[in-house]
Amino acid sequence: MTPGPRLFSILRQGPFLIASIHTALDDSQLVRFQHDLVQRIGAERARGVVIDVAALDVLDSFASRTLRDIGEMARLRGAGTVIVGIQPEVAFAMVRLGMDTGSVSTALDLEEGLAFLDGRVSDPAVRRR
Amino acid sequence: MRATDEEMTVSGSDVLPALGALDEEELLPQLVAHLREHRTRLRQEWASRIQEAHLLQAMTAQEMAAETTSVYDNYVEVLETGSVEALQHYARDLSERIIPRGVETNEVVGIVLLLRDVLARSLFEKYQQNFPLLNRVLDAYEPAANRIANTVAVSFVEERERVIRQQQESIRELSTPVLPVRERLLILPIIGVLDGERARQLTEQLLGGIRTHRARVVVIDITGVPDVDEAVANHLVQTVDASRLMGASVIITGLSPEIAQTLVTIGVDLSKMDTIGDLQGGLEEAERLLGYTVTHGDAAGGP
Repeated sequence: MTPGPRLFSILRQGPFLIASIHTALDDSQLVRFQHDLVQRIGAERARGVVIDVAALDVLDSFASRTLRDIGEMARLRGAGTVIVGIQPEVAFAMVRLGMDTGSVSTALDLEEGLAFLDGRVSDPAVRRR
Repeated sequence: MRATDEEMTVSGSDVLPALGALDEEELLPQLVAHLREHRTRLRQEWASRIQEAHLLQAMTAQEMAAETTSVYDNYVEVLETGSVEALQHYARDLSERIIPRGVETNEVVGIVLLLRDVLARSLFEKYQQNFPLLNRVLDAYEPAANRIANTVAVSFVEERERVIRQQQESIRELSTPVLPVRERLLILPIIGVLDGERARQLTEQLLGGIRTHRARVVVIDITGVPDVDEAVANHLVQTVDASRLMGASVIITGLSPEIAQTLVTIGVDLSKMDTIGDLQGGLEEAERLLGYTVTHGDAAGGP
């Protein structure tokens, strides 16, 4: 794993995890982020993950592929994923470069993302209050 | 001002220089001296010619006097120095002042040509006994005068074009409004031709609007758009995708039969686009997506 300070945080909020990326991550930091997050999903028995990228003013192809991969892995581990806070310029640049988030949902901001996950998780019979 | 002019006229002398004693280089300074000497008379003659021709009627007499004086001085100066830069600057300045008053291109070109003629006449008068010298004087005068007329006309037209560009810009900005209709719901009515530049602006305004209004659904109404080309259609698709990345879904309404035909013919992939026939339908669908139900106030039934 890359030494040095972590440039992201993973916080627990009810049945969900909130993963915030604080600054542009290089490739090895992205791998570390992916590893930590997927591990925490299992450890915390999370039902959903919100990945907040509001602080990023650039999102390259590796980063968007990693986010998509995280979404797929999280689904296999039993958690839905939503990416929030994509800036207007970033969104349009991604589209121009033909990148997307695949099957992973997106929402405007953290609040919207949590509301979205809430709606998805309310379906199962047993729900934590 | 007037006093000095008269003094100059009095002190000046109309001595004809001997033919052949003058070099080409001396001709122009002599010519300029002559024009300076008779400044007041020539300027007044010019002003009355302008009035006869009914030019510059948007200006008051004082403005006219001030402008003709400064144009005259600039004109003579350019004849003297041969440098049009100062004149260009002045002409742009002048245009900036008179364009809002509704002065037309033909008027500006007209007054400069009148000045050229007035000055040429005075040269004829001065040198009429000496035709070879008159010829040489006109050889020196005409190219310079034409260059001046050219410069003024070009500066004026350039200034007009700049004003037009500026206005187009502001019309463009006004032409893509992003309107919140309900909480989380925006509409973007687009009227007029969508070109590349406007499409780019639309994207910018839409994505910015989604963030500021925290929109979840956006209805883009293109009833007023006569036609789109492939580039703009693709741009629209990209805008819809980018909006989705920001968590908003986009409904496009009012596709005309022509546009629908164009889009299908050029093969733009519209499978991910949500389209509904008209704005009313689009709004109803958007309200449904947001969970709004609209009921008529009178429970007994509408009118």
